[in-house]
Amino acid sequence: MQEALRFLSPDAEPVGSTDFVEQARLLRRGSEASSRGLSLTIRGLRKSFGDNEVLRGIDLHIPAGQSVAIVGRSGCGKSTLLRLIAGLETITAGTISLGEDARPEDVRVMFQEPRLLPWARVLSNVEVGLGRERNSPDAQARAEKALAEVGLTEKRSQWPAVLSGGQKQRVALARALVSQPRVLAFDEPLGALDALTRISMQRLLERVWHDQGFTAILVTHDVAEAVALADRVLVIEDGRIAEDFSVDVPRPRRRGSAELAALEGAILKNLLEGTEDTSDL
Amino acid sequence: MSLIDSLPRVGAPKLPRIDGLIPWIVPLAIILVWQLACVTGFVSARVLPAPSDVALAGWKLLLSGELLRNIWVSFWRASVGFLIGGGIGFTLGLANGLSQLSSKLTDTTLQMIRNIPHLALIPLVILWFGIDESAKLFLVALGVFFPIYLNTLHGIRTVDPQLIEMGRIYGMTNGELFRRVIFPGALPSIFVGLRFALGIMWLTLIVAETIAASSGLGYMAMQAREFMLIDVVVLSILIYALLGKLADSASRALERLTLSWHPAFQKH
Repeated sequence: MQEALRFLSPDAEPVGSTDFVEQARLLRRGSEASSRGLSLTIRGLRKSFGDNEVLRGIDLHIPAGQSVAIVGRSGCGKSTLLRLIAGLETITAGTISLGEDARPEDVRVMFQEPRLLPWARVLSNVEVGLGRERNSPDAQARAEKALAEVGLTEKRSQWPAVLSGGQKQRVALARALVSQPRVLAFDEPLGALDALTRISMQRLLERVWHDQGFTAILVTHDVAEAVALADRVLVIEDGRIAEDFSVDVPRPRRRGSAELAALEGAILKNLLEGTEDTSDL
Repeated sequence: MSLIDSLPRVGAPKLPRIDGLIPWIVPLAIILVWQLACVTGFVSARVLPAPSDVALAGWKLLLSGELLRNIWVSFWRASVGFLIGGGIGFTLGLANGLSQLSSKLTDTTLQMIRNIPHLALIPLVILWFGIDESAKLFLVALGVFFPIYLNTLHGIRTVDPQLIEMGRIYGMTNGELFRRVIFPGALPSIFVGLRFALGIMWLTLIVAETIAASSGLGYMAMQAREFMLIDVVVLSILIYALLGKLADSASRALERLTLSWHPAFQKH
């Protein structure tokens, strides 16, 4: 992993990330062309629920293979943006384009809740992630490989009810990864986990993102998590992109380093500027 | 340590075979006390015959073939009525749980019918069907219908919408979504309906057979009453208790088999 991460550091800025993805792809064992990330272009995106306009014109380009964190106060529309990208809501106005050859199974979502089927064993839950290919002869082998990737091979025939919160979320990650998605959207995936589990899950997310080279979009309320994981942090305010920070910190990133802390402080300051009274926050 | 903490451990670990017998200790003790009360003359045989007399009556009826024939007739009525009523209830529950149109069309009507006690229909049913088999089957089917219908409907409506959304994201077709998400999610509730329905099934059948029948356990009990054969009356009641227990055990076994994923059914 240490060796692999060397490739990451020089190309953290959005422009160079395609080269990085190319390198990462070559590194992967048994890589396929379909595992490359997709680029994402959003133009004039608006979304209203009744009279309530949640997104008021988002323009955004995410290069293939980039990892982007979206932060903002609750109710700012960050989760709605993610659900629109994942195709879970209908667009009121504007466009989201994912490149010409994108298929529905190229975009996968991971939620705050693991959403595992309680009546299916761990391995069958991972097989669900294969979508229409789940009846193919190699389905089980692929599911086992994905399960191995999150380090839960020995839990393959357990019921989800006996797993811990972190383990359930790792199964959900394996399910999202098994179809080798080209865009993976995370909606507060670590929000319900305790601090130590969060840190090990962050490392796991960073590793699979690096190994598989998908485009990652991470919605989080935790700015520290955003700067630790992402190449770029977007601040959303009142349904618009208020700020676009790029995180030029080489990987592997050390949690609590001065560079990350400074960036985190800058983003937090930006987030809090909108509120009238910051003393109580 | 509190009493509750200490309770499950008492006597449990060393002799696991005795575990299965524990539920039968109380019924056996009751029979024993009952026998003693009869033998000592504390209870008159005209009020309540001794268990040994009941067993003797059962043995005689068994030899004559009458007992098995009546049990078989009652069992047949119960199961056929249950299958018809349960089948219709289950189908309508599924339809109304899955389709808005079907629900709008039939649910109000069904809720109105539900509030009529089905046993109140006995006079009408006798007028319609006389006292032959169809009358009993109709009543059992009607009684069984509602618990199955209501619980199937409730089970389907309360399936976690987040899981349904997950299924759609992962490209499940409607058929797959039903088979892999909705039906397994509704199953615990369907089983609640099943066990309610089994209770109502016996209750309905006893009443129907007592009032209007020419065979079956209820008929056997009524016939015995006319000839003052109190031991046969008690025998019929005990057989009902055993059949009810049997139906309950069968549904529990089915539950264990199909709900093994559920934390409540996992062995520790």
